[in-house]
Amino acid sequence: MKLIIAIIKPDRLEAVKQELYKADINLMTVNEVLGHGRQMGVTEVYRGAKEMGNLLRKIRLEIAVNETFMEKTISAIVKGAQTGEVGDGKIFVLDLAECVRIRTEERGGGAIG
Amino acid sequence: MKKFVVVMLLLLGLMLTGASFAEDPGQAAAGVVQGVQSDIQTKSQVDTGDTAWMLVSIAFVMLMTPGLAFFYGGMVRRKNVLGVLMQCFIVLGVITAQWILYGYSLSFAPGKGFWGGFAWFGLNNVGAIPFKDYAATIPHEAFMIFQAMFAIITPALIIGAFAERMKFSAFLIFTVLWATFVYDPICHWVWGVGGWLREMGVLDFAGGTVVHINAGMAALVAALVVGKRKGYNNRPVPPHNLPFTVLGAALLWFGWFGFNAGSALGANGLAVHALVVTHVAAAIAGITWASLEWIFNEKPTIFGTITGSIAGLATITPASGFVTVFAAVVIGFAASVVCYVSVAIIKPKLGYDDSLDAFGVHGVGGILGTLAVGLFASKAVNPAGADGLFYGNPKQFLVQLIAVVVIMVYSFTVSYIIYKIVNLFVKVRVTERDEIIGLDLTQHHENAYTVIE
Repeated sequence: MKLIIAIIKPDRLEAVKQELYKADINLMTVNEVLGHGRQMGVTEVYRGAKEMGNLLRKIRLEIAVNETFMEKTISAIVKGAQTGEVGDGKIFVLDLAECVRIRTEERGGGAIG
Repeated sequence: MKKFVVVMLLLLGLMLTGASFAEDPGQAAAGVVQGVQSDIQTKSQVDTGDTAWMLVSIAFVMLMTPGLAFFYGGMVRRKNVLGVLMQCFIVLGVITAQWILYGYSLSFAPGKGFWGGFAWFGLNNVGAIPFKDYAATIPHEAFMIFQAMFAIITPALIIGAFAERMKFSAFLIFTVLWATFVYDPICHWVWGVGGWLREMGVLDFAGGTVVHINAGMAALVAALVVGKRKGYNNRPVPPHNLPFTVLGAALLWFGWFGFNAGSALGANGLAVHALVVTHVAAAIAGITWASLEWIFNEKPTIFGTITGSIAGLATITPASGFVTVFAAVVIGFAASVVCYVSVAIIKPKLGYDDSLDAFGVHGVGGILGTLAVGLFASKAVNPAGADGLFYGNPKQFLVQLIAVVVIMVYSFTVSYIIYKIVNLFVKVRVTERDEIIGLDLTQHHENAYTVIE
């Protein structure tokens, strides 16, 4: 089992969701986060006081999948989120030790989907 | 941007020139003669009750523009809320400057021309003495600043059409040009002494033509010229803060009492009647929209209910001083039905992105209301008005129809030309990158909401 974490631009969320649905992946958790990598943030000024390089709004997706779905999920996210500009984001893949469906207490790969 | 600041400073400089022009020796001499009489005249002519009500009305109508800011601000995505608030707020400043410098003169100085002319440039001769042809019992200055609030909210209404994608500098230039070449002439035609539509007998109590059709058509043009928001697929973008929108609608409803009842220009029975029909139309229109949603969309929504009330208010505006309470019920009902069809059914089919329905609610409401005057107007309500079609005077309906068509065509055409001219110098639309990040950060370097703390 893998946990896929993707940090994407907020305006790409809709496109990423559509790509994931097309690939039959309907389960995800979405968070709003702040961050920047090589792309710098936008200047902010409050009553004359300038703040440089502030963090930008990003969306963080978490998707738990079985191994067979991993590549499909990654390519769906890339397809939806890629614009070719700095700031498109990152995808992290982690090994997932356990998964429990709370309703039935079912465990492992069967509990994911 | 630098160029723009220079233009603003020049404008300020012009204003100061205007002020000194008003006090040049020739004018001052005339002022002395007037001054002798005016002490006596002022005392006898100015009615304190009327003036007190106008002072209150002026403040009511002023509050509508910040109200509109919240009405619109709640509807946009949260990356653009400050952009909308800023656009509405800066109009208070910019149009006030334009109005006292030359806008009031172009709109209301007596004359048969395209504009009223420059007789009252820099508020020359606009003082405590009432100007009888407009309002015989209040200081001329009170009428001037009351009308300033109308001149302010009209361009602010257009903001709803190009929300979330217009460049701030282009917006400012457009607003000043639009006020000068669209609002001021139309205001003169309909309300100014010598205005040709006024002489033709057009009835517009508080601005169905001057404010709502006018802003509505400019909004339609804006939606067409500026283009759709990125990613817009003919479905409404979810509002980021509906409670703001409800607050804004409530402030608008409140302010509308000053807008319509204040247009009686006195504390009298007509003002009371205008306030009553305004309130009734808003109430009925709100219920109607909620009912339509309940029937066609399963549940009534607060967004729909307030949209209905605003449609009712916009529609009753031209009629508020001329029609009976029963007519207001019919007008309120019709306003919601027609605006519902225009916003929920026609707009998605045509595919233009009038983001916050400035045309669909204000433009359509203004057209409907102005025509309704031609049907429901009654001399029993207001002897200074006229009878409409239902009271045996079909000619009034024809006159109203002509005014509607003329103003629609004029506002559409000239607004289009102004957008195109502005676009030659400053692109009216922000870059795609700026649109994605949002107007708050890119146009103003501010963020409305923090994510952490």
